[in-house]
Amino acid sequence: MIQIAQNCVGCGKCTAACPFGALSLVNRRAVASSACTMCGACVSQCPVGALSLPQNTAVKKDLSAYKGIWVLVEIGTNAMSQHVRSVSYELLSKGRELANQTGEELGAVVIGSNISAFYGEISQYGADKIYAVDAPAYAHYNTAAYANALITLIKKYNPSVVLFPSTYVGRDLSPRVAAEMFVGLTADCTGLAIKDGNLIQTRPAFGGNILADIKCPDYRPQMATVRPNVFKKVVSAPGKMAQVVPETIAVPAEAAKVRIINTHMDPPVSGLQLEEADVVIAGGRGMKNKAGFDLLDNLAQHLGAAVGASRAAIDLGLKPKEKQIGQSGVNVAAKFYVACGISGAVQHVVGVEHCGVIVGINKDANAPIFNVCKYGLVGDAGQILPKVLEQLKK
Amino acid sequence: MHIIVCIKQVPDSTQVKVDPKTGTLIRAGVPSILNPYDHFALEKALEIKAKTGAKVTVLSMGPQQAVAVLRLALALGADEGVLLSSRAFAGSDTWATAYALATAVKHIGSFDLVLCGQMAIDGDTAQTGPEMAYHLHIPQITFCESIDANGNTVVVKKLIEGGHQILQADLPVLVTMTMPHDYVAKYPSFMAAHKAQDKIIRTWTETDIGADPHKLGLEGSPTRVDRIFPPPTRAKGEVYSGSAVELANKFVEILKKERVIK
Repeated sequence: MIQIAQNCVGCGKCTAACPFGALSLVNRRAVASSACTMCGACVSQCPVGALSLPQNTAVKKDLSAYKGIWVLVEIGTNAMSQHVRSVSYELLSKGRELANQTGEELGAVVIGSNISAFYGEISQYGADKIYAVDAPAYAHYNTAAYANALITLIKKYNPSVVLFPSTYVGRDLSPRVAAEMFVGLTADCTGLAIKDGNLIQTRPAFGGNILADIKCPDYRPQMATVRPNVFKKVVSAPGKMAQVVPETIAVPAEAAKVRIINTHMDPPVSGLQLEEADVVIAGGRGMKNKAGFDLLDNLAQHLGAAVGASRAAIDLGLKPKEKQIGQSGVNVAAKFYVACGISGAVQHVVGVEHCGVIVGINKDANAPIFNVCKYGLVGDAGQILPKVLEQLKK
Repeated sequence: MHIIVCIKQVPDSTQVKVDPKTGTLIRAGVPSILNPYDHFALEKALEIKAKTGAKVTVLSMGPQQAVAVLRLALALGADEGVLLSSRAFAGSDTWATAYALATAVKHIGSFDLVLCGQMAIDGDTAQTGPEMAYHLHIPQITFCESIDANGNTVVVKKLIEGGHQILQADLPVLVTMTMPHDYVAKYPSFMAAHKAQDKIIRTWTETDIGADPHKLGLEGSPTRVDRIFPPPTRAKGEVYSGSAVELANKFVEILKKERVIK
């Protein structure tokens, strides 16, 4: 349980900060109940420093040998051709910013087969070095093969930070590597910064309850995954060529335990994609049912918009999972975003942070979505939108 | 064949309300459910059981009340339940959680297949399954929509960017499951629930499973919370109320003003 020192003044700030309702005031002193998970969220909220987590008794490693910001660059395949996934460039751009701040090198790790054609493009996003594992055995992603290659490189070069795209590959590889290296891993970060030599990883936490800054002060490398569209791509070194460090790493025998029988690519999705659309309309639980979402689809046709949904609506089966906007879904950066019947929980709001104009339509005047809107309409979208459609048809 | 399914009790996110002031979720009074991804994984294990006669053990880590999800799993057809519960596990991040669960799996004994949900809906990390696979020193396949076990191998349908793959793996293997869009969870009949009351649920602590205390709870968790804070707000904009027609007019006016339409 969280430790509460004698100097507690009973101000109650910690009770409000606790995501689990485990702290209460008894006789003007904070008391923790068994609901305490020792998450530490309250520690920084205490004005007198009375709260603390039990100290780590493990011997601290010397971390000064760990230097460099690394990004795992993911190669995607489309039918017959390969390409670098755009999210890799977003991460390199962010990595460049962090590396400039710490005065360290930015390393791009590329694992694949026949990948040298991409080195020029990777360099433009600011990589100082490209650690390249290029062999036919790496043509297709395999957990054991890729994890072994990356761990071999990490042990050889001791980077301080390793960033992964939060894709099917990144989300499979990063925990496997983190477990073996005994290091921390923070999933789906919405912000990254360096503070006092530590990577500060921001993400909604405690069930999307609130934003948390996570750090791993005693472990290196610090590892995080980031979803596509969270950071902006910046060509910071046009025409520059990074130093390529070719590495030959044998594939371990365990790799053969998992075999690809076949691969099916879905036909290219027709219509406008959420990530790319200038206008996005999203519906939440307040749209109630399929008929509610039909209204949104109709409106989208008039506005040339893409349609997404909040997590609550996805959970109700009103839209397929890939249309989810927010923390565990897609991040959108539309010029014009309309949230219909969406209350505006933290995990939704972080996914629309980069939108220009946000319009909220909600029956509840107190809905937190109105805190981020340029225009708020207090009313039932299910009744307002049919009238809008009538006007647009004219 | 012995299948171990890892399950977690989570707050029912479809019933969570949002605090109007802070935009945070209000957890108090929200009912607990079996994490939907785990529910799906359990059903897949029970399908394999129906076909092959496999034994299915369910494993959960959490406070004493998490026994409810084990009870549900037994009612749905699982054979045995294990609850890992102790204050020593408090403060565990995914590394320490995976270590504790994997140590419990080894303590259960021989196994052929470990099934997990892709992620828990109250944490959204999707890390614990793959981290467990490392601790068990077995291969992993993540984000699978279907699984079929025959003899010494499994065949799964795994999601990849823009499509899916059919993969075959040798046993033992750890597979994390994700349900299709139209999945509807099954619940046991009253009779099945009643019959399952006699099935055994064992409760173990860190000493029962022989876990290394330095790898549990806070000490086994590399990550720390530096601070928590509410989401950034924007300058509060214009808020309008009125009849549906008035608000519709307002909306069209906004569309024109922001040049979405002419």
